[in-house]
Amino acid sequence: MTALLDDRPARGASAPSDAGAPAPAPARPTARNRRARDLTRRALPPTAALLVLLSVWQLASWASPVRDDLFPGPVDVAAVLPRLIADGTLAAAVGTSLGRGLSGFLIALVVATPAALLLAHTPWLRRAVGPFISALQVLPSVAWVPAAIIVFGLTDATIYAVILLGAIPSIINGLLAGIDLIPAQYRSLSRVLGARRLQHIALIELPAALPGYAAGLRQGWAFSWRSLMAAELIAVGGSLGLGVGSLLQRGRDLADLPLVILVVLVILAIGAAVELALFAPWERRLLADRGLKRTEDAA
Amino acid sequence: MSAPVDTAIAQHADQHAADQRTADQRTAGLAPAGRTADQRGAPAAVELHGLGLRYGDGPPVLDGLDLSIAEGEFVAVLGASGCGKSSLLNVLAGLTAPTAGWVDVPVDGAALMFQDSALLPWLTAQRNVELALRLAGVPRAERGPRARRLLDTVHLGRAYDRKPHELSGGMRQRVALARALAQDRRLLLMDEPFAALDAITRDLLHDELHAVWRATGSTIVFVTHNVREAIRLAGRIVVLSSDPGRIAEIRTVTDGLRADPARAEALATELTETLRKEQKKHDSAPR
Repeated sequence: MTALLDDRPARGASAPSDAGAPAPAPARPTARNRRARDLTRRALPPTAALLVLLSVWQLASWASPVRDDLFPGPVDVAAVLPRLIADGTLAAAVGTSLGRGLSGFLIALVVATPAALLLAHTPWLRRAVGPFISALQVLPSVAWVPAAIIVFGLTDATIYAVILLGAIPSIINGLLAGIDLIPAQYRSLSRVLGARRLQHIALIELPAALPGYAAGLRQGWAFSWRSLMAAELIAVGGSLGLGVGSLLQRGRDLADLPLVILVVLVILAIGAAVELALFAPWERRLLADRGLKRTEDAA
Repeated sequence: MSAPVDTAIAQHADQHAADQRTADQRTAGLAPAGRTADQRGAPAAVELHGLGLRYGDGPPVLDGLDLSIAEGEFVAVLGASGCGKSSLLNVLAGLTAPTAGWVDVPVDGAALMFQDSALLPWLTAQRNVELALRLAGVPRAERGPRARRLLDTVHLGRAYDRKPHELSGGMRQRVALARALAQDRRLLLMDEPFAALDAITRDLLHDELHAVWRATGSTIVFVTHNVREAIRLAGRIVVLSSDPGRIAEIRTVTDGLRADPARAEALATELTETLRKEQKKHDSAPR
């Protein structure tokens, strides 16, 4: 996919001088400042919001007549962290879960993309299968866990089956929506320019559908991660390594509410990190490429 | 590119036996023997014979169009909005199949310039032009220099790396023109390409288009609803009537007439009057 995106670099720098009329370089000295300012502008609001939230939570915990182990504050929750880090449990669990989540997501991506293209170009197949794919997307993937355990036992195959059943339909639907929204004119353009079908797909259709595809992938990731947590929570033991979801289950078994809350926060943090590190910058660039903006980036 | 037209003709032209015979010739890739020449004596680049078009069971959009356009000619198709001008262009471009009659266009198809530039927003100006070169089979190494040369031709030497959203409307149409030129076809179809531009930009682009036309010697079919634009650019003006689109009249415009403001103005007034009548007819027609 990135190959399709990478139209910007290279070649650019030397081009204007070929014309004998060098374009005036835009003022660049402030670029670094601007990046720093952008970062502040982006990081400050969520950080502030988080601090407010934590303070309210801590105050409520202190003020509440409920026992501390039933209503722990952020301080109690944070106290669990050093132990989990020290014995390596947290790193191992996060590593296992992230590995499963990302590789499951990548497999879903590889399966769903050609499937979506096939559906988009085969109207009868889409009419036949489309409704079921949409229905699958509505089905909570946790519903697959018992069946997967029966079929695959307590192995990684169970985990991957649940992830794929959750992520594939949403990626397919995202790409289909992206393709449906392509201006009809692009098809005319393709024909006028003499593009063959595969050329049309690779050079015009897929890049044009990228914003919708990106939205589908982001949703696909969310579904992967959620399905994974559900699967890890239910399927524990056997040859399965310890994931973040299993840590949640351990907290429940020990009636260790601070541990459970900490793990929930870790799950949230990983979701946010993937969103901020991968999807948000990618989407921002996709939109910028097309002269568009996310509302949060508006001046 | 002409394949869709051919197939379509093969499918639809059964309405008249005579048409069928001609269509078979066309399908076989043979131009009818003894191509008619127009008043300039050049062979025909485009020929329409009894061309008709309707969408589904609707009323005919185009009906019985007979026209021969000579190679190297600049023809304006003038008509009120909704008269089927763009449909005619789509038929010539092979995007729409005619439902009656037949059409003869160059075997290698036509270049088409859309009304709203239809540039791909994620590609730079140069990449947009390179795409046309790539799809025309130009080797990778040649694409960059050729795209830049084409952009220079339309005076966009400094905008190679700008994305469409960073360009003005006039610049976007220039890129679209460069892309159409990149297709390197003998026939260039233009669908009201300057309609959305301001008068000054349009004026400049008229000059540039004329220069390009003289330099390349290609045949241009230029669709417009703007009478003065048609007089300014074309050697012949084909006026389409509305409901259905038929050829109402054909006017020849000489350089002499163009250079004489009084005569040009008189022609403009006359054509405007014709268009006004057609528009009225179109607006009041039962749909």
